[in-house]
Amino acid sequence: MKFEYAPAPESRDIARLREHYGIFVDGAFREGRGEAVKTINPADEEPLAEVAEAGPSDVDDAVRAARRAYEKTWGPMPGRERAKYLYRIARAIQERSRELAVLESLDNGKPIKESRDVDIPLAAAHFFYYAGWADKLPYAGLGPDPKPIGVAGQIIPWNFPLLMAAWKIAPALACGNTVVLKPAETTPLTALTLAEIIAEADLPPGVVNILAGGPEIGQAIVEHESIDKLAFTGSTEVGKIIQRTTAGTGKRLSLELGGKAANIIFEDAPLDQAIEGIVNGIFFNQGHVCCAGSRLLVQESIADDVIAALHSRLTTLRLGDPLDKNTDIGAINSAAQLARIRELTSSGVDEGAQSWSPPCELPERGYWFAPTVFTHVSQANRIAREEIFGPVLSVLTFRTPAEAVEKANNTPYGLSAGIWTEKGSRILWFAQQLRAGVIWANTFNRFDPGSPFGGYKESGFGREGGRHGLEAYLAH
Amino acid sequence: MPTKATTPERVRVRKTYKLYIGGAFPRSESGRSYPVHDSKGNLLAQAAQASRKDVRDAVVAARKAQPGWAKATAYNRGQVLYRVAEMLEGRREQFAAEVGAAEGISPAKALSTVDDAIDRWVWYAGWTDKYAQVVGSSNPVAGPYFNFSLPEPTGVVGVLAPQESSLLGLVSVVAPVIATGNAAVVVAAEQRPLPAISLAEVLATSDLPGGVINLLTGRTAELAPWLASHRDVNAVDLTGVAAEARPPLQQAAADNVKRAYVPYVEDWTADPGTGRLAAFVETKTVWHPIGV
Amino acid sequence: MTRDDAALRRFLHGLPGVDQVGAEARAAGLFTRSIKTTAKAWAIDTAISMVDLTTLEGADTPGKVRSLCAKAMQPDSGAPPVAAVCVYPDLVSTAVDALRGSRVAVASVATAFPSGRASLRVKLDDVRDAVEAGAGEIDMVIDRGAFLAGRYRQVFDEIVATKEACGDAHLKVILETGELVTLDNVRRASWLALLAGGDFIKTSTGKVSPAATPPVALTMLQAVRDFLAATGGARGVKLAGGIRSSKDAVRYLVMVNEVAGDRWLDPALFRFGASSLLNDLLLQRHKLATGAYDGADYVTVD
Repeated sequence: MKFEYAPAPESRDIARLREHYGIFVDGAFREGRGEAVKTINPADEEPLAEVAEAGPSDVDDAVRAARRAYEKTWGPMPGRERAKYLYRIARAIQERSRELAVLESLDNGKPIKESRDVDIPLAAAHFFYYAGWADKLPYAGLGPDPKPIGVAGQIIPWNFPLLMAAWKIAPALACGNTVVLKPAETTPLTALTLAEIIAEADLPPGVVNILAGGPEIGQAIVEHESIDKLAFTGSTEVGKIIQRTTAGTGKRLSLELGGKAANIIFEDAPLDQAIEGIVNGIFFNQGHVCCAGSRLLVQESIADDVIAALHSRLTTLRLGDPLDKNTDIGAINSAAQLARIRELTSSGVDEGAQSWSPPCELPERGYWFAPTVFTHVSQANRIAREEIFGPVLSVLTFRTPAEAVEKANNTPYGLSAGIWTEKGSRILWFAQQLRAGVIWANTFNRFDPGSPFGGYKESGFGREGGRHGLEAYLAH
Repeated sequence: MPTKATTPERVRVRKTYKLYIGGAFPRSESGRSYPVHDSKGNLLAQAAQASRKDVRDAVVAARKAQPGWAKATAYNRGQVLYRVAEMLEGRREQFAAEVGAAEGISPAKALSTVDDAIDRWVWYAGWTDKYAQVVGSSNPVAGPYFNFSLPEPTGVVGVLAPQESSLLGLVSVVAPVIATGNAAVVVAAEQRPLPAISLAEVLATSDLPGGVINLLTGRTAELAPWLASHRDVNAVDLTGVAAEARPPLQQAAADNVKRAYVPYVEDWTADPGTGRLAAFVETKTVWHPIGV
Repeated sequence: MTRDDAALRRFLHGLPGVDQVGAEARAAGLFTRSIKTTAKAWAIDTAISMVDLTTLEGADTPGKVRSLCAKAMQPDSGAPPVAAVCVYPDLVSTAVDALRGSRVAVASVATAFPSGRASLRVKLDDVRDAVEAGAGEIDMVIDRGAFLAGRYRQVFDEIVATKEACGDAHLKVILETGELVTLDNVRRASWLALLAGGDFIKTSTGKVSPAATPPVALTMLQAVRDFLAATGGARGVKLAGGIRSSKDAVRYLVMVNEVAGDRWLDPALFRFGASSLLNDLLLQRHKLATGAYDGADYVTVD
């Protein structure tokens, strides 16, 4: 008997997609002075909408509006009032969650079950969490009378478009800053819908400005002299450029960059849950996750069993239409990203690693990449060192705890790590030894607005989430 | 006829001021030294003029020492730091003389500066086992998970010590770095390095593991770029560099996303707060399911 | 491995642990699958064919059992018959008579169901009684007290003895997971029952709460999957107690499909022990056929 799941697609109409989107400056939508570009559904390469991107002079306008709002309305506003605006945004995201989820999946390519169950609820939760901080900042342990920094320029990636916007905007606003935010060029739609929510919440004009645009707009924000604080989430490569650019400017900076997390499986691990943790660690969001568990470090004694179990588990993954509620693996976000994944995986093959993918039919149109597991990987291979940002897992083995720690830490990155064992003292030992900002023990890829997130070493600095997340938006 | 026997004036044994790397006192590998004068221009001594290779060696020593220092219990680190304060107290007059000569301040002022420096060690000694309690947290996440955050040392920190305040300033920048478990490579005040070297002698005799603090004397402008660009240095404190000289160092720091610390106020006699402790720690967050 | 308590303990405690939160999350994840239209129709009929239509009340009568048997053979027009009717031993012969000529099996609980608190001799007599009356399937209970006290060999021996008393009858071993409490225990008890020769492992008597829960079902399905991989023997899983809605039944079929594999999508290897579930499956079946929501008055109360 065979259980074929019939298609169960969310209706595209729920997204209330408009033909044309502008930018959001000083409380109003308007045409950007940059190019009008088509944003594409990565699942079928069809244009979704036209977006009039910002030009450099729009950045000036947005920063000026943000400055004005900072000085005139938002900065002086009592925390308890700011809080209520943030609560409004949180509620509005919840009310429009289905629309936002479908829109996110259309624009990004991620499965609807993830946008529906992870991205959108967490985005709302972030606003809810930081709303509550707005009138309690003196109790945050960051000084008796903490002050905002000023105008924050925020540049976010395409992997969690709305969620990253929430991670950036919510703490900034709670602390009394105003914001100029640039969503990623391939995924502007939910951020622009968030702008609509912000307008409907009656936030004072200029408190939040959202500019769609490409790297040159990002650069204009980074270099803008009237911006006091920059927050960037994206690649380590670009993060370094931003760090260099801001040198000597006195701008505050927080960076959340790349990662190459080790997910360490001991022979006494709860194996079935560990397999889920491995799968969730690397295939969640097509592996477009900076903290993805892209390096599986498995104890040699159980390596064969784990790989066999992983193979059989991966055959149940369903790749396809992101709007289908049963889809586990959606589309790769862009042609450029797909090319990068292909380039790195072919280097893996060239360097002698063995590639395996479950039988899996890829749709003809759109950007797709089958879940891939590399075995016989050595620590020196590019696939074990470079961030692939795709559904590609490298399997390495270890024999002793010391070897596991040494291999796990042997990377310039330090964002996250996983450890699976039923032995409590070993978990705590690893939690101590691993040089990474987030340690998931017997779980992986959990996120919460109350939980600080951010990296060691080249994975960046500063934390987002929790009480610690306030520090990046308060003056010294 | 026999002359009347007089006791000849005793010739002082002068101190050779050397570098302090990995718990030892080497000369600069470059063989260079430079004259150090007091505030009136009188020669005080020749100090070792460290080179980029001394920076390199000091980073190696710091990297080697750091894990063990971080692993020491916070209680133990506090005891070691307190021991440093005890040793400083015992050499109070010596430091007062050196600080007075270096900074050109009155003996009374010099003594009170040394007292402040000693008290600052004591302040940071007490922080070692409290800082994590103050900034760590248990985070109430929306799920069956125990979630906690705690500060961990950033790793190896390059410290460009303040140029004016030869002991109090030095202590104020070094103690917070090591209190949380970092190891430091310190470039002492270029024109006022002698109190720093004497401090190294104190460190060497106060149970601080070799390599946890490494002290270099020499030209800040020469050494700072090597520290700022060193890929095995996790953070750099630019306090001792003039504002206009900082940008290239900050740019170099970006090469490995080094944390580059720029102070915003420097009044060494003010309450130091926790800003310098916070500048050289990373927040680590740990999740674990709660179940039976 | 089965030599004594110590050997069994070494084996059972050497099985990988089960992290409760992870197991719950996995089960919840599987339950978000959206089964619509043709898939739903298929799943509902498949679920109907997997039902052990059960009545285990002190008030049971031959009349009640006969009525249940009629429903079992033809639940609804076009619907498949259920897998079995499950009754107490004294009503087995009534069921056998009523079901004669049909594909519906007669199952009987035995071994001093539901507590199992009787001597082994009495429990085995209970089994023989049911088998002699014509039961083709026996649902036994394990001695949870012995299991929790670590007397694994005793539990093992009782299952072996019961299996022997069953003769040709299929043996379902009820673990009563609500009394075992932890998923680690569920995994160990599952393996113990499988090693001792149980044809099926079954969650619950239906008399203890909680009964079948998603993480328990998940853990048991993993056990039969792993047992097959280790020994080549395909054993079944029966979920009983608490499954009342079609929605849940379909979700469990998704779990069976994705955890154990489609080989288990077969009444020979997977069952629902239920009474009210059948009517909800029929209501949903009507809804799919007609497009209109049905009312309780349009399915029979048995």
